[in-house]
Amino acid sequence: MAEPVALTKKDFTSDQEVRWCPGCGDYSVLTALQLMMPELGVRPENTVFVSGIGCSSRFPYYMNTYGIHSIHGRAPAFATGVAVARPDLDVWVVTGDGDGLSIGGNHLIHALRRNVNFTILLFNNQIYGLTKGQYSPTSEIGKVTKSSPFGSLDYPFNPISVAIGAEATFVARTHDLDRKHMQEVFRRAHEHKGAAFVEIYQNCNVFNDGAFDHITSKDKRADMLVNLRHGEPVRFGAEQEFGVRLNEYGEAVVVNVADVGVDALLVHDEARHDPTVAFALSRLAETPTSPTPMGVLRAVTRPTYEAEVQSQLGAAQANRGPGDLRALLESGGVWDVA
Amino acid sequence: MTDTTAATRRPETLERVVIRFAGDSGDGMQLVGDRFTDVSAAFGNDLATLPNYPAEIRAPAGTIAGVSSFQVHIADFDIVTPGDVPNLLVAMNPAALKANLADLPPGASIIANTDAFETRNLEKAGYQANPLEDDTLAAYTVYPVPMTSMTVEATKGTGAKPRDAERSKNFFALGLISWMYTRPIAGIVTWIDEKYAKNAVVHDANLAALKAGYHFGETAEIFETPFEVAPAALPPGRYRNISGNVALAYGLIAAGQQSKLPILYASYPITPASDILHELSKHKNFGVRTMQAEDEIAAISVAIGGAFAGQLGVTATSGPGVDLKAEALGLAISLELPLILVDVQRGGPSTGLPTKTEQADLLLAMYGRHGEAPLPIVAAYSPSHCFDAAFEGARIALKYRTPVIVLTDGYLANGSEPWLFPDVDQLADISVPFTTELNHLNEDGSTEFWPYVRDETTLARPWAIPGTPGLMHRIGGIEKEDGTGNVNYDPANHELMVHLRAQKIAGIAADIPPVEVDDPTGDAELLVLGWGSTWGAIKAAARRVRANGRSVATANLVHLNPFPTNLGDVVGRYRKVLIPEMNLGQLSKLVRAEFLVDAKSLTKVQGLPFRAAEIEAKILEMIDG
Repeated sequence: MAEPVALTKKDFTSDQEVRWCPGCGDYSVLTALQLMMPELGVRPENTVFVSGIGCSSRFPYYMNTYGIHSIHGRAPAFATGVAVARPDLDVWVVTGDGDGLSIGGNHLIHALRRNVNFTILLFNNQIYGLTKGQYSPTSEIGKVTKSSPFGSLDYPFNPISVAIGAEATFVARTHDLDRKHMQEVFRRAHEHKGAAFVEIYQNCNVFNDGAFDHITSKDKRADMLVNLRHGEPVRFGAEQEFGVRLNEYGEAVVVNVADVGVDALLVHDEARHDPTVAFALSRLAETPTSPTPMGVLRAVTRPTYEAEVQSQLGAAQANRGPGDLRALLESGGVWDVA
Repeated sequence: MTDTTAATRRPETLERVVIRFAGDSGDGMQLVGDRFTDVSAAFGNDLATLPNYPAEIRAPAGTIAGVSSFQVHIADFDIVTPGDVPNLLVAMNPAALKANLADLPPGASIIANTDAFETRNLEKAGYQANPLEDDTLAAYTVYPVPMTSMTVEATKGTGAKPRDAERSKNFFALGLISWMYTRPIAGIVTWIDEKYAKNAVVHDANLAALKAGYHFGETAEIFETPFEVAPAALPPGRYRNISGNVALAYGLIAAGQQSKLPILYASYPITPASDILHELSKHKNFGVRTMQAEDEIAAISVAIGGAFAGQLGVTATSGPGVDLKAEALGLAISLELPLILVDVQRGGPSTGLPTKTEQADLLLAMYGRHGEAPLPIVAAYSPSHCFDAAFEGARIALKYRTPVIVLTDGYLANGSEPWLFPDVDQLADISVPFTTELNHLNEDGSTEFWPYVRDETTLARPWAIPGTPGLMHRIGGIEKEDGTGNVNYDPANHELMVHLRAQKIAGIAADIPPVEVDDPTGDAELLVLGWGSTWGAIKAAARRVRANGRSVATANLVHLNPFPTNLGDVVGRYRKVLIPEMNLGQLSKLVRAEFLVDAKSLTKVQGLPFRAAEIEAKILEMIDG
């Protein structure tokens, strides 16, 4: 088969008609990724997208790569199988707030702690879209939906906090209205060796329209999105007049730079092995209505699960030679009957 | 028979003997059973074993609930069951005696550890008086042996503290029984040397106890004579002893070798399947990847992911795990990927009897998924046959791109027997090619890859794995269009796909051997049909019936779905059909529904295998009825 000179978006776009609702935030994520894939130096045949169930989980059908649209919540487990079997492949997991944090919460946290080498894109729209509008594990408390006519009673998850608590080595957040930011975060996540967790604030314009408007609309971004840059003081605001510092309890709090001075601000260190500060940052905003950290919160190095699996296989073969079935069957004592 | 000089006492020859070691779950009865089994196997006896232990790791000491036992049947001929009733019970405490006494036939022998028959233990076992001292055991030959105190005495000088020294009493019992049945103990000594190489005190204490037990038998004059069970006349060849779970693990490794595929085995710990994970994880030099997943669902999902990526995906569990894996199994059926799911059946429902055997998952395997979701089922019938069942399961899975359920059970998993293991050169090549070429020609002359184009004979779809240029495809659990595999909700297409998936599985019938009928006289009117581990008890029962000049036919099903093509003829040929099962009649339901024959059920759901006598009685009742 002839090698194409350079790949384009088309090479990563399947022939399937995209079936999300018009205006869905999923389109912008798909486009951002399809545009970016050729820049990653990967090939479609070496790429596998694995998803669970939900609107976002239709994602693999639209990528001209290998793909599994699996069952609800289990995508990290299927993807773990792919990655362990074939460390040579480039594996992506696409999930949502219901798929990844409710029915599949267990697989998500265990994939993260194992540090399987794949990228998890969690589309968070704070609602169940495919089942037509029930509250999700990230919906704000009191949310009125079809299944909570008097308001949801469930306290929501903060996905970033969950990921950090689950020993994730790479944790980042982006949103569907900023293609450039998404692509930068996706690129970083893809470069990371190990499980990379990316929360994408994604608008469901049918069942939860405008859930993130308070922080992501163009006029709010400057004051509400706290863009994290490794090695720099954490600052935001149109004039960079706000900042984040750690108080005496280690909590991240918003301050006026004019009041405390630049030196008092937290200098972001995504590579800090201890997750305490990253966790504190993740708690800055309880709901997407106040200044919210965006970008890479945590990026640390730990051996990947599949590399360790390979290493044990290699060691076993080095120590004992390749498996010999005849010797195995004869192990443990044999006797002959004449 | 009393020969006063111990050294010259000549063994009395027995054809077969059934010994049951019973004690507290902390007394090391399984260990003693295993060692006795190994020396008997090495000696050349045919044998079969039945471990029986509580689910609790250490149930309260001295209670009935905490009793653990190990039964071994050794013989100088080819045997097929662990024996109906013990000839000898070794009771390490009153609870062990009480829990097992009902199984002993009159005339059987009991060796009791008299040291343990003190007030507190007697109370815990619910004895008002010491059964060794009243007429409770009048029907038996009782040998009272103070095993604990003799062990403590024998281990003086090894450095073991008295409380620790007591723990070696199982080796005392082992030594004593080894003498009684003329087992050479050299093999046990070697095992102790290896096992306790790093702990000199324990090593010395166990060795001293073993020898003390052996010498006690030789010198004490309470045993009339030792017994001898001669080597069995088994078919010639090279044998080893093997348990079902280890055989199954070896069968999977063999399938990996013979399919030239790495194995990706993922499972979650569950009794009685965990030993498969333990065994496979030792053999990474075969390229076997083992993974202890976070739960049962993850385990099967990992295996399916591995299959998609081109490996032999395997998961094993027991009933509760199969419940949890049902949805993922349905996906594997829809994805049409090879997968092996081993169900080591145990007593259910729910947590049920985790350490006890049952066969009540057949209908679960058949129908336990939503939608029309057929898959092949293969059942092992003996510990060593677990090797063949795993291998056959892999063959079918790979060739037909389908999940296969391999059924074993707790009795097969933990039981062991001598195995005339196969010559590696004779194992079939079960490799299948990955697809590397485009397979669909469009009208405009262009070509593309369609993941659901089927092989005309097997109806299997192509297996194109990631990394193959040009064959990128997306598949999922949503109904797929015939051929293209694209998402499709068309009514007629769904009906077609449901039929195609069913036809693919039904068609496997042409690729499996016919069911063999054992009807030596050819005039039997009753057919006893079995599946799984009832095979041994059915065979032993038929032997007894035939030995009394009566006729009975037997057959055993290895393939439960699809059935062998001749099964309808076979069950239709006999006037009466009996199906013994450790459930409430699951195969019986299938056979009656499929072939409209009036098959009768013999059921047993006690967490224990059938005794041959139970089946024999039913056979005679039906022959005469």
